[in-house]
Amino acid sequence: MGANRCAVVGVGQTNHTTVRADVSIAGLVREAVDRALESAGMTLADIDAIVIGKAPDMLEGVMMPEMWLTDSLAASGKPVFRVHTAGSVGGSTAIVAAQHVMSGIHKRVLTVAFEKQSDGNAMWALSVPTPFGVPVHAGAGGYFSPIIRSYMRRSGAPAHIGAMVAVKDRTNACKNPYAHLHEPDWTLEKALETPMLWDPVRFIETCPSSDGAAALVMVSEDVADTMNVPKAWVHSTAMRSEPTMFAGRNQVSPRAGELCAEDLYRKAGITNPLEEIDVCEVYVPFSWFEPMWLENLGFAPKDHGWRFVEDGVTEMTGKLPFNPSGGVLSTNPIGASGMIRFGEAAMQVMGLAGEHQIDGAKKAMGHAYGGGSQFFAMWIVGSEKN
Amino acid sequence: MSDKAADKPLRVRMPIGIDYKWCAGPASTDYLTGLKDGRLYGRRCPVCQMVYFPPRNGVCARDGVMLGESVEVGPKGTVTTFCIVNVPFLGQTIKLPYVAATIILDGAHLGFSHLLQEVEATDVRMGMRVEPVWRDKSDWDYSLENISHFRPTGEPDAPFDDYARYL
Repeated sequence: MGANRCAVVGVGQTNHTTVRADVSIAGLVREAVDRALESAGMTLADIDAIVIGKAPDMLEGVMMPEMWLTDSLAASGKPVFRVHTAGSVGGSTAIVAAQHVMSGIHKRVLTVAFEKQSDGNAMWALSVPTPFGVPVHAGAGGYFSPIIRSYMRRSGAPAHIGAMVAVKDRTNACKNPYAHLHEPDWTLEKALETPMLWDPVRFIETCPSSDGAAALVMVSEDVADTMNVPKAWVHSTAMRSEPTMFAGRNQVSPRAGELCAEDLYRKAGITNPLEEIDVCEVYVPFSWFEPMWLENLGFAPKDHGWRFVEDGVTEMTGKLPFNPSGGVLSTNPIGASGMIRFGEAAMQVMGLAGEHQIDGAKKAMGHAYGGGSQFFAMWIVGSEKN
Repeated sequence: MSDKAADKPLRVRMPIGIDYKWCAGPASTDYLTGLKDGRLYGRRCPVCQMVYFPPRNGVCARDGVMLGESVEVGPKGTVTTFCIVNVPFLGQTIKLPYVAATIILDGAHLGFSHLLQEVEATDVRMGMRVEPVWRDKSDWDYSLENISHFRPTGEPDAPFDDYARYL
């Protein structure tokens, strides 16, 4: 079978903040696209096809924005592909773009994902009444907090673990000029004093609401070999999904996530992920998901993810740094968040991560999840050809 | 970035809405007509034998088959997990703080969310036994909102192992 090789040769993201009143959605998207093209030394005229992703259209109330964005992306006459996989979409979109190259159909593909949360109301859009239930959910926090409580009970994790992750991510974000939140003064004590929003989830353990976009340029091996720019080779990609509601579903560690990770490692030839992967950018919108995903992704034994956090394994100086960029917990333009993870993983192996660079990173994981922990998208990128 | 209004794109508020008709299908029709009568109906999967309440799409996604016989469940149930909501949101109708509980009714094997009241939020526990409090019969519709909320029964808590596999 064998897919063709594919390399990331351009990474761009916007400056993320609560309200980007200076740009429209199109302007926001172009900011990320222009930065990605510039880092690749290319222009829109060089691009063969474009893959666009964002979270549900209802978040901004603009239906099928990929059509509206055609002009601002100079996409007339080119194939445009839209991806929908809720919060995981930034990751899935990058994977679909990689497949455009790995299939041999296109040589130079641009992919972009975005969310302009200030143009809509995500909490409203995620709290819509359904005909079969009662409207007691309060957005994503209301949905995920009972699952976090289940994890705490099941694993016996002490209550301060979530705050530890939050302080780590917010501190890391100070090294990332694009991050939404730059809050250098957090301590564990101060973090534990922040109020409970969705008990057991505290204020600091929650992601912000951001406007932002991210873009990647991916090319085939023959094109990459002619380019004198840093490259991240796509070693493997995997996607899995499962329904939100079925009897006996493990909501703390969804089977789809476990299977996705197994497939990802197998295709990348990785047998011991903890030893072989140097750095991870993992989708953690509520800090407790770090220990939960450590287990789901096979890095930590069941019920031991929180011990990794407590032992500093996921610090920038630890054995397996998680989210040196500050992660979703510091920047959350929902639809773009997955692509930021994938792009940050690429930047690590390209040596372009600046102050939050993990020295000598050769293999990195990008991860995204979405919906009710039901859509998963992951990739492994490396500094060397696979 | 300048603060001069003329330098910024105009931002206007434009609320949108969508009205639609939803075809319930056989399983949700049983469920919703049951609620109209003050009764709680789920459906059993013929393969795994687990009972879905609500039976939503009428399929067991675990086994990929249509759900089978209609089964009356509850009315008592067990709180498997919960959230204490302290944060206001657009469209919210319930006074803060409130407890959104995930409840599995007796005889069912799937959790659903409902309001838990008549207990201090700090006294709510995983495993707590609860029962529905129905609104006045004259207000009943084809809706789970016919149940105003759940409240503790005072029975001993269910052991963790009884509901751990549904978390």
